[in-house]
Formats: sequence, structure tokens, C-alpha cells
Amino acid sequence: MDAKKLNTILDKYRREPSALLAILQDIQDEENYLPKDTIRQVAGELGVPLARIYALSTFFSSFSLEPRGKHICTVCMGTACHVRGAPRLVEHIEREFDVPAGQTTPDMQLTLETVNCVGACALGPLVILDGEYHGNMNPAKLDRVFRPLKKKE
Amino acid sequence: MTVKFKIQGRTYTGTQEESLLGAIRRYGYEVPSLCYHEAVSPYGACRLCLVEVQKGKRRKLTTSCNYPVLEGIEVFLDTEKVVRHRKMVFQLLLAVAPAAKKLRELAAEYGVTETPFVPEDEKNECILCGLCNRVCKEVVEADAISFAGRGTSKRMESPYDETAEACIGCGACVHVCPTDCIGMKEENNIRSILRWHRDLPMQICKKCNRPFAPTFQLNEFAKRVNLDRARFDNCPDCR
Repeated sequence: MDAKKLNTILDKYRREPSALLAILQDIQDEENYLPKDTIRQVAGELGVPLARIYALSTFFSSFSLEPRGKHICTVCMGTACHVRGAPRLVEHIEREFDVPAGQTTPDMQLTLETVNCVGACALGPLVILDGEYHGNMNPAKLDRVFRPLKKKE
Repeated sequence: MTVKFKIQGRTYTGTQEESLLGAIRRYGYEVPSLCYHEAVSPYGACRLCLVEVQKGKRRKLTTSCNYPVLEGIEVFLDTEKVVRHRKMVFQLLLAVAPAAKKLRELAAEYGVTETPFVPEDEKNECILCGLCNRVCKEVVEADAISFAGRGTSKRMESPYDETAEACIGCGACVHVCPTDCIGMKEENNIRSILRWHRDLPMQICKKCNRPFAPTFQLNEFAKRVNLDRARFDNCPDCR
């Protein structure tokens, strides 16, 4: 992340160490992940030990230390979705895009993530593609949801 | 504030500010623990210092390291309940860190030599008690390491599991680690803290020519206490 962008984010929170989490969220929004050198700069600028930021950014699963794909697909694996076949959905996407859950395709198009309940159990099984919720999913419907992505390939 | 409390039916005194485990040990009673150290804040991670505490009509099982000494409480150290739960804790710890020799010895002292649980990693020695982290943060004030991840993927490591650049190579973490799983060596005037991938050249005493502390550490100390760096050219014996 370039210095100007980072400074804008830091200034927005008046360089308060207590705003660390919000700062990390803003960086992740901009960059799609938390780049190592940016984290180092944040540690230096806020006077927070690098170890503490590392602990935070590995604790929350919404943060990623690895670059993520252009599209992010989250499959809910909560109990309700699980019993309605969420594992089959994950397998289907893994096969279709040749990417294991938790990783990104080599062309950086898609990141596949699993999450333990998004709180919309009535809609299960649930797949979230780029922030859009798709409920009552099955492999056939999934293909329809993913069609725009497939076309580009 | 001084308070009166009971251990095994006998009355003792303590203060509300201290740890119950510390008070129990002060009066000569034995309670096992791995993650407790009087120099740092209690954490309650190893769960071995379990005792039963009676407070009024309520009686409960609790870790004593992070329980305060309260007026009128009664502490029981080896009731059937405590023994049973402690055994379970030992079994769980043995499954977490099967390779930890000190843990196996302590467990054997309490009659636990086997675990019914399947170990995930036979080579693991770390019980994730976080004592190294607390010493590094609270005593050394270097803050070089931290927990990473959570749940089953929780681990103690240097940032990105690469060289811990804030580590001053003091070895305090190596010293306090209850399972000896950090590792330190000194070879060719280089001190290495193995687990944090930190190698630091040693300062050679200008008088007696012996290596006595990592140069990086002395630089940090000189900065912190705002003293002339030259004061740290000689080892403490030659100063």
C-alpha cells in the first residue's frame, strides 16, 4: 500500500493505537488483504509491537495475510447449512474452480472460504459471492450463480 | 487489605491483591501448576492449579492462580472432585504436548502416566500456556512474540514465524518455559533463540575478552535507561 493511502487511513483514526482494529479493516478493504510491509509500517507509526498486530490479524478470520482473489466466495458451514448439504457445495466449487477451501485460484480470480454460520440459517445452505447472499443453494443453482465468473475465463 | 481465609480448615491471612495460588504456596501447601509465575499476571491456561473454594454457601472448582484471596473463603486442595478434574487436565495436557518431558514428570508425580486422548502431534512440547509471551511483554517489555491464530490452530510464534526482530535475546522466555520448548544456544559468539529464529552477535568485554550479552540487547538497554553506550562495553564483573 502506498504511503499516501496509508497516511489517510492512519490520520482518519488520529493515529490512535486503540483504533488498530479499525485501521486493519480499512487496509484490508483497500488491499483485499493485509500486506506484510504495510503491517510493519502501521506498527512503526502507531508504536504498537509487531507481535501484537500479528496476533490480532491472525485471530480474526475476516483478516487475511495472503493476497485474496478478485472475487470472494464464502460458503456457510454452520450446523443448519451443514446438514442441508454445505459440504457438497464446497466440494462442487473446489472441483469446478480447482481451488481448495481457504485458498485462492492461481489466476487470483476467486478465493474460496468457509465460515461457521452467517446467521441466516433459514436460507441454508448459503453461499455468499462478493457480498451477495444466495440462499437455498444446490450444485445446479450454484453453477448459475457462478456463470458470470466462468464466462471471463 | 488483610483478610482471613482458610486452607484445609486452618486459618491464614493474606491480601486481596495477591493470587490465591501464591498464598497457598506461601503456607507450604503443594498445588501443581505450569503457567503460573509470580513475576507476571496470572493467566489460568494450564488449569492444573484447580482447588475447591467455598464462599458462603457456594462451593466451586476454580483455578487458584487467578482467584483472589477473599475474606472468609475456605480452600480445599485435594477433595475427590479436585483430584478427578486434575487427572483429566493432566490427560488433556499429555495429549497436547506428548513430547514435553517436564510435563510427563509432573503428571507422573500425580499418578498420571497415560492419556486416553489421541495426540495430534507426537513431537509437540508446547502447551500454549503463554508464559513466554507474558514475560516478554510484562518483564522484558520487548513484546517480541505472541499467540497467533485461535482454536485448534492457535500457536505461539514470532511475527510471521520469521526472525523476531524485537527479541533482545535475553533468554527470559527460555528460562520460564515450563516445558523447555523454546531452546537457546551460544556458539561462535552468536546467541540463538531457536524457536523465534533470532540470532544475535554477542558483545565481547573489552577487559576480560569474554562474550557477556547480545550487542543488540545492550543497545536497547542503553537507549531505555538513557545512558552512554560506552558504559556497556565491559561485562558486569569488569565494570
